[in-house]
Amino acid sequence: MARITASVYTSHVPAIGAALDLGKTGEAYWQPLFRGYDYSKHWLAEQKPDVVFLVYNDHATAFSLDMIPTFAIGTAARFEPADEGWGPRPVPPVIGHPELAAHIAHSVIQDDFDLTIVNRMDVDHGLTVPLSLMCGQPEAWPCAVIPFAVNVVQYPVPSGRRCFMLGQAIRRAVESYGPDLNVQIWGTGGMSHQLQGPRAGLINREWDNRFLDRLIKEPDALSRVPHDDYVREAGSEGIELVMWLIARGAMADIHGGAAPKVAHRFYHVPASNTAVGHLILENQ
Amino acid sequence: MPLDKPYKDIPGTTIFDAEQSRKGYWLNQFCMSLMKADNRARFKADERAYLDEWPMTEAQKAAVLARDLNECIRLGGNIYFLAKIGATDGKSFQQMAGSMTGMTEDEYRHMMISGGRSVEGNRRIGEDGDAQAHRQPQGSKKKDA
Repeated sequence: MARITASVYTSHVPAIGAALDLGKTGEAYWQPLFRGYDYSKHWLAEQKPDVVFLVYNDHATAFSLDMIPTFAIGTAARFEPADEGWGPRPVPPVIGHPELAAHIAHSVIQDDFDLTIVNRMDVDHGLTVPLSLMCGQPEAWPCAVIPFAVNVVQYPVPSGRRCFMLGQAIRRAVESYGPDLNVQIWGTGGMSHQLQGPRAGLINREWDNRFLDRLIKEPDALSRVPHDDYVREAGSEGIELVMWLIARGAMADIHGGAAPKVAHRFYHVPASNTAVGHLILENQ
Repeated sequence: MPLDKPYKDIPGTTIFDAEQSRKGYWLNQFCMSLMKADNRARFKADERAYLDEWPMTEAQKAAVLARDLNECIRLGGNIYFLAKIGATDGKSFQQMAGSMTGMTEDEYRHMMISGGRSVEGNRRIGEDGDAQAHRQPQGSKKKDA
């Protein structure tokens, strides 16, 4: 049977991708950030997941204002890195897992979550930057990836509660899939940042660290935090953090299992406009 | 029952909801067109002519030509769409975000390296933080400088 073995949480700032692609990782500005992922790269190489279920948001790339799906699952065999206006990132194509993706879509929709099924889309920095942070710069990504895009661009975005419950449905879906696969679920975006208006540049170190604490220890209570708290305390784009609750909801302890092991925790300010948070939780 | 919009009292912040999205539909769709290299080249060659191909308001076109991102947002633009204009200009997200504060690039970059903008005084309209309307623009351009 397929099983979810671990969850990974990380910010997905575009400037991190640019720093990697332009060979700037050794610069004093970027060194402390990339050091925070040294452990993670070794960890991922050892864990050898077959599939990563990668929760991210599209930044007006695959989805314009023509269509705004709240939850979209990528069921294609392959996804190309998008041209977001700077030209496509020079990273490998993303190889999907159409069979598991279709299985999850089927199961989760029957579990009352209305997913949009996407058979063709390009993927932007929201998806490729986490892969770069966790895998470095390989010729090909080391595993299959199922893109799962969440609307956090046009309000109202899904609540933390809804995301947390969706994660639980995704776990039920994965664990009902026959083939023996090692599956990880990643939640990306955040942490505190605001990219617009006179309040641009907002960072809230205390709030972010409390979020990390609560994500580990009391995710159920954390999932009840309303949207406007995120925006007020962590900036208008800090709302991306609701996506971390999808990954957290898929962990074993939410289903009566043991509390996860905190394999790694990292926090750094700034990457461009953003506070970078990173966490690895392993099911015991 | 009226819609719940508890985010209206946050200073210096515009939430991109359905109301803003309706206002900004063509502005944002114009931005999307800049994800194609050919369109970026045509826009750069003659910005006004390219904008005139879109059913945007004159105010929206003027805000784009002036690269006034705060005005673009007020008129329904969303930062992730507007970022395509910045990308076309070769600007980073940090340069774009900083441009909305009134600070110079160096001032904004320094604020970020120093830990970013504090939330204190910036949670609700009516407090006295640096993002409040009565304290704009920020940095060396501020009114009392």
